[in-house]
Amino acid sequence: MRSLIPILTILAAIVAIWYAGAVALNADWARQQAERQERVLTFSELVAETWSQDRPRLPAPHQVAVELWDTTVEQRITSRRSLIHHGWITLSVTLAGFAFGAALGIALAIGIVYNRAMDMSVMPWVIASQTIPILAIAPMIIVVLNSVGMQGFIPKAIIATYLSFFPVTVGMVKGLRAPTQMQLDQMKTWNASGLQGFLRLRLPSSMPYLFTSLKIAIAASLVGTIVGELPTGAVAGLGARLLAGSYYGQTVQIWSALFAAAALAAVLILAVGAVEKFTMRRMGFTR
Amino acid sequence: MSGGLVLAALVVWAGGWWMNARLARMRARPGLGLAAPVVFGVTVLLMWELVVRGLNVPGAILPPPSAIGSAFVVNGGTLWEDFVQTFLKGALSGYAIGCGLAFLVALAVDRSGFLKRGLLPIGNFVAALPIIGMAPIFVMWFGFGWQSKAAVVAVMCFFPMLVNTVQGLAAADRMQADLMRTYAASPWQTLAKLKLPAAGPFIFNGLKICTTLALIGAIVAEFFGSPTLGMGFRISTQVGRLALDVVWAVILVAALAGSAFYGLVTLLERAATFWHPSQRGR
Repeated sequence: MRSLIPILTILAAIVAIWYAGAVALNADWARQQAERQERVLTFSELVAETWSQDRPRLPAPHQVAVELWDTTVEQRITSRRSLIHHGWITLSVTLAGFAFGAALGIALAIGIVYNRAMDMSVMPWVIASQTIPILAIAPMIIVVLNSVGMQGFIPKAIIATYLSFFPVTVGMVKGLRAPTQMQLDQMKTWNASGLQGFLRLRLPSSMPYLFTSLKIAIAASLVGTIVGELPTGAVAGLGARLLAGSYYGQTVQIWSALFAAAALAAVLILAVGAVEKFTMRRMGFTR
Repeated sequence: MSGGLVLAALVVWAGGWWMNARLARMRARPGLGLAAPVVFGVTVLLMWELVVRGLNVPGAILPPPSAIGSAFVVNGGTLWEDFVQTFLKGALSGYAIGCGLAFLVALAVDRSGFLKRGLLPIGNFVAALPIIGMAPIFVMWFGFGWQSKAAVVAVMCFFPMLVNTVQGLAAADRMQADLMRTYAASPWQTLAKLKLPAAGPFIFNGLKICTTLALIGAIVAEFFGSPTLGMGFRISTQVGRLALDVVWAVILVAALAGSAFYGLVTLLERAATFWHPSQRGR
């Protein structure tokens, strides 16, 4: 609660800067229009004009809010103009990709921790692949899978999977190795089997690391889905709304799609955070 | 014939596995750490080549590594121009602007507890957002040239760098800060002698995260509009023509550039924070 006032202050400052920026960026167009109609704008008229253009360079916050309201509450959910419809398409792909990516990442991490050959050969490549812009091959995956007859859901989910499994692998390897030698020795003195050692010691102690990387992974999964929706004349999803908006110069639409994507990211991260809190409490961590 | 190649791929796989299992059992020796990943990489490449040729996979779906290699050599000139446009002009300038600005803002934020409490949660939140979606807006504002890509990269790098630097500047011990006070050190002296060195590992962590973001940002921003060169432009147009060997060659360039950039920052980190426990004992 102590940080609530500073956060609100800074948010207010951002909104104020945004309104000022809208005036600065849209003023040229407003002046040109006024010149054509042969009238001179007073300052207050100029401000009002810049905040209410149809295709502004930077829409004012309230314009974005109105567009968001129009495309979510005012539209039927099944309508192609509804942002909820597009958001759901993006969300379903994100979740599928995230689930596969997390499962794959955890499996790979277990392999790396328990198999020295895999650790030595695969781990450096997992780390090296972090430095490669994976998103750049998104269009290629879409087109290639399209040419073998796969469309829509699966190619996008593959990209999301690919993006989300790296953070999980790296975090989970760290987590499974978190138990100290003392703890591992203790398991041995209790004559614990390998499986028991895994279930009772390694897995529980990896949980904090797992959830940290799951939060990164779900954000990455969303970014992967959005970029996956861009190529091949994307028709549905938040990424498609971005691209269509940029084709037709509909800035308000771009911004509202951006806000929808941001809200989606926030909800997903908060959801993972809630599961984390619940798990940690059940496991006896009081954090 | 084709069955034989697939069989050969399986043999290569078994061989690579066996070699790495042998390597894993050997005692640590200099160079051993490098051998295993190299064996793994070569195995993957060989299997890829053999399976693609053996199963007659069309080049429009997955070209073999040899075709990618030759496309890399044949299109060397074009690829270099794309590299200059996207990496040297777009990504690097955006990286410098974004990280530099974030560093300066972090220095300012560090002076005020109020700003720190307000900015850190927001910065952490924004760093997780799909900022890449801002690309069409920046292309609209700054045109198709590299300037718009630099702007996307700068915004993408800003928040991770800001959060890391602010955290780093707060990393110095209370005791150490008090000691600086008893020495009657000025705020600038405290910053230069205590806070900045202590923040080093955090700052470099931010810089490393941003190397990857910079390349991604510059390439993806070109999907929204670019002049007729650039790595993102090359990828999207060659994908349209199903010339996937060229696309893979561009990806190779991106991978090399990304790894080299990351490696360079890591070397700088080692030189600058040699005293830190994470850098010792190697």
